[in-house]
Amino acid sequence: MDGAAIYSLFIINKSGGLIFYKDYGSTGRMDTNDSLRLASLWHSMHAISQQLSPTVGCSGVELLQADTFDLHCFQSLTGTKFFVVCEPGTQRMEALLKFIYELFADYVLKNPFYEMEMPIRCELFDLNLLQAVQKDRVASLSR
Amino acid sequence: MIGVGKLKQYTNVLEKPLSKGKQEVSLSAFAFLFSELVQYNQTQVDNISELERRLEDAGYAVGARVLELLCHREKGNRRETRLLGILSFVHSTVWKVLFGKVADSLEKGTEHEDEYMISEKEPLVNRFISIPKDMGTFNCGAFVAGIVRGVLDNAGFPAVVTAHFVPVEGQQRPRTTILIKFAEEVLRREARLG
Repeated sequence: MDGAAIYSLFIINKSGGLIFYKDYGSTGRMDTNDSLRLASLWHSMHAISQQLSPTVGCSGVELLQADTFDLHCFQSLTGTKFFVVCEPGTQRMEALLKFIYELFADYVLKNPFYEMEMPIRCELFDLNLLQAVQKDRVASLSR
Repeated sequence: MIGVGKLKQYTNVLEKPLSKGKQEVSLSAFAFLFSELVQYNQTQVDNISELERRLEDAGYAVGARVLELLCHREKGNRRETRLLGILSFVHSTVWKVLFGKVADSLEKGTEHEDEYMISEKEPLVNRFISIPKDMGTFNCGAFVAGIVRGVLDNAGFPAVVTAHFVPVEGQQRPRTTILIKFAEEVLRREARLG
C-alpha cells in the first residue's frame, strides 16, 4: 500500500458530463473514454436511485461500498456532483468533498475565463486541490 | 430609515462629515462582480490588448475618484506634488483603502530613470483567476494598473501604467508587477523642483 487512500476524483455537471477527472496513485486508473463513461453512468444511477428510494425526499446515493473500493458522492444544490473513489473504509471523505466544493466555488466559478458546464481548466483550482488532497493524505497517514 | 433618529440632522449636505464608510466588503461579492466585468468586456473585444485597455479604462475611473476622496479624507484637502510623495501615497494609502494592506514593494526601475514598480505577490483581483494558456501574458491586474494611472494622472503625474506577471524563483505562482513609466514632463518638473 502506497498510502494513496484516494484513487480518483470526478466532477460531473448537472447533465452528467464529466468536467473534471483526476487520478491519484496507480490503482483504478482509467483512460479518458472509460472515465467519461463511468461519470455518466454514475449520473444516471444516482438519478434512478432517487426514484427507487423508499425514503421520501431522497437526494441520491451518498456512499457506495464495494469489496475493493468506496465511492463517496456529494451533490451540490445546483446539481453538480463531486465523487471520490477511495480505499475501503477511508474516513472523512464527506469533509474532503465539501472542501473540494468550496475550492470549485472559489477558483472555478469566480474565474471569468471559465465557461459554465465546460471542462475545468484552471491552474489555481488544480494547485489548491493538490494541496488539499496531499494534506488529507498526510492526515490519514499520521493517524 | 433605521437609525435615522440617532444621527445629527444636517440641513446642508456639504456640512455633513464624510464618513469613513464601511471598511470592508465581501470578497466573494467583489470577485463575482469583477469576474462579470471581465466577462462582459470580453464579449466586447476581439483581441487581448483591447481587453486589457478596457479593463484599464474601468480602473482609471476608479483611480480618479479614489484620489479625490482620499485627498479629502486622509490628507486634509491636500495632495502630493512630488514624485516620491505620490508614489508612496499610491503604495500605502490607496492600497490600504482598496485592498486592506499596503503593496508588497515599491521599487525604482534599474534600467530607466522614469520607471517605478509596485509589486504584489497575490493581488486581490487575481485571487481566484487563472489565465488560460492561450491568452499568453494577459493579466487582470490591468484593472489595478488603470487605478494607478487614474490616481497619478489626476494628481498631475501623467504616466503609462502596465501590469505584468513576473516569475519568482522557488514559487509556483508568478507575482504581479505594476510598471509605472512617467511622462517626460513629470521628470523635468521634478528635476526643476530639486
